[in-house]
Amino acid sequence: MKRKAVTFVIILVCFLLQSTVFDRLSIGNVSPNLLVIVTASFGFMRGQKSGMYVGLACGLFTDLFWGGELGFHMMIFVLIGYFNGGFQRLFYDDDIKLPIGLIAASELLYGITFYFFRYVLQGEFSFGTHLFRLILPELVYTILVTLILYQVILHINKKLETEEQRSASKFV
Amino acid sequence: MKIKNQRRIPGRYVLVILMILCLLLLVLERFTDSGGPLRFIANYTIVPMQKGISYTGMWMSDVSDNFETLRDMKKKNEKLQSKIDELTIDNTRLRQEQYELERLRELYKLDENYSDYKKVGAHVIANNGSNWFSDFTIDKGTNDGIKVNCNVLAGSGLVGVVTETGPDYARVRSIIDDASNVSAMILSTSDTCMVRGDLRLMSDGRLRFEKLANNDNVVEVGEQVVTSHVSNRFVQGLFIGYVSAIEVDSNNLTRSGYITPAVDFSKLQEVLVITKTKDDMISDNAKKSKKKSDGKKADKKSEEKDGEESSDSDKEE
Repeated sequence: MKRKAVTFVIILVCFLLQSTVFDRLSIGNVSPNLLVIVTASFGFMRGQKSGMYVGLACGLFTDLFWGGELGFHMMIFVLIGYFNGGFQRLFYDDDIKLPIGLIAASELLYGITFYFFRYVLQGEFSFGTHLFRLILPELVYTILVTLILYQVILHINKKLETEEQRSASKFV
Repeated sequence: MKIKNQRRIPGRYVLVILMILCLLLLVLERFTDSGGPLRFIANYTIVPMQKGISYTGMWMSDVSDNFETLRDMKKKNEKLQSKIDELTIDNTRLRQEQYELERLRELYKLDENYSDYKKVGAHVIANNGSNWFSDFTIDKGTNDGIKVNCNVLAGSGLVGVVTETGPDYARVRSIIDDASNVSAMILSTSDTCMVRGDLRLMSDGRLRFEKLANNDNVVEVGEQVVTSHVSNRFVQGLFIGYVSAIEVDSNNLTRSGYITPAVDFSKLQEVLVITKTKDDMISDNAKKSKKKSDGKKADKKSEEKDGEESSDSDKEE
């Protein structure tokens, strides 16, 4: 129960920060995508299902407030959660390379999927400009933010895990 | 019990179930108009939080403004003073013309006055967190008379149009958004064109205009562009910006180019919303002309003329 509440608060805070504070801190009109970081890190830290549920929540927020159709971002984020969940077995706390690689891949996946459904299906094929103007700058900025945000999420997750283990041993 | 269930279902099936859920939502969204209850709940939960954070942000930027040096302030003051002088002179001249205009209007009995639309001020409380869109949320909604398709201004220029409303919030799509299309006209020649937002120009804050007829009217850099009389969402005569570049298209029939908008889209804090939409105005006009034609039915002379008028307004609707 506590874990669910904490997870929800993390999602909410990231969502609020992204639309208010980070919009003011945008570099070249590009701001980082915190929700991708949250979804991806919960995916590889906690497994496929957690990743998908967190992705569902993140996508719901995005669709309600920023997107157009309800369900579109939800789908992308659920996929990101599932994809990252597959790497849970390779994940170790003190290794930062895998998380960064995965988050970068997720961000790229998000950008390209979004571009495909929003622009290619409308007959706009200037992939290069979209890639260099939006997708890659967003990726770089997101990775920069990851270096800080990921540590915070990791720390919270560790605390929760030790607490859960303690309470579990109490019952036994 | 619940935990047991979750353990039993493998991740793949959860994925499939969630995908189907998303697809269902997408299909539902196609057939119904809005998100309905979810958005209503959001109005009372998320929007107040966004308001809180953005007010703190504004306070912080105010504080950083306080550290501007005295010299800068003096320089700015001088500049502004000279601007005031300039504007005062302009203003007196314009006022004289205003009197003349009023007199002429009375002569013509034009009852539509485009210059004084009723406006409501609002704060920008959140921007779109995704880099692909350019829209923002304001802190007033249907409770203050804002409807979908209301036009939004900042300073003197057009900012965008309301796309979604809740009781206490409204989402505004700015005219630099990739999906935005505004029917506009060149102020001096009244030639119409389409002003389109473009993702590639969004970072420079520029706009593109297209489909301006390539006729004898000379359009120069620096001319003013306003919303046109044929637009169905934007009321007439709202200032969009200045032409910054223009060229004849390769088909030799149309001209296109770029516009520098009158509004700085990167620093929007307060906006004005015109509470009357174009649809309202059209239906008002239709009612008025109907009344007129009802009243004058006895008068045979004017019947023909009024018949024409009402049929015109029908067409517009």
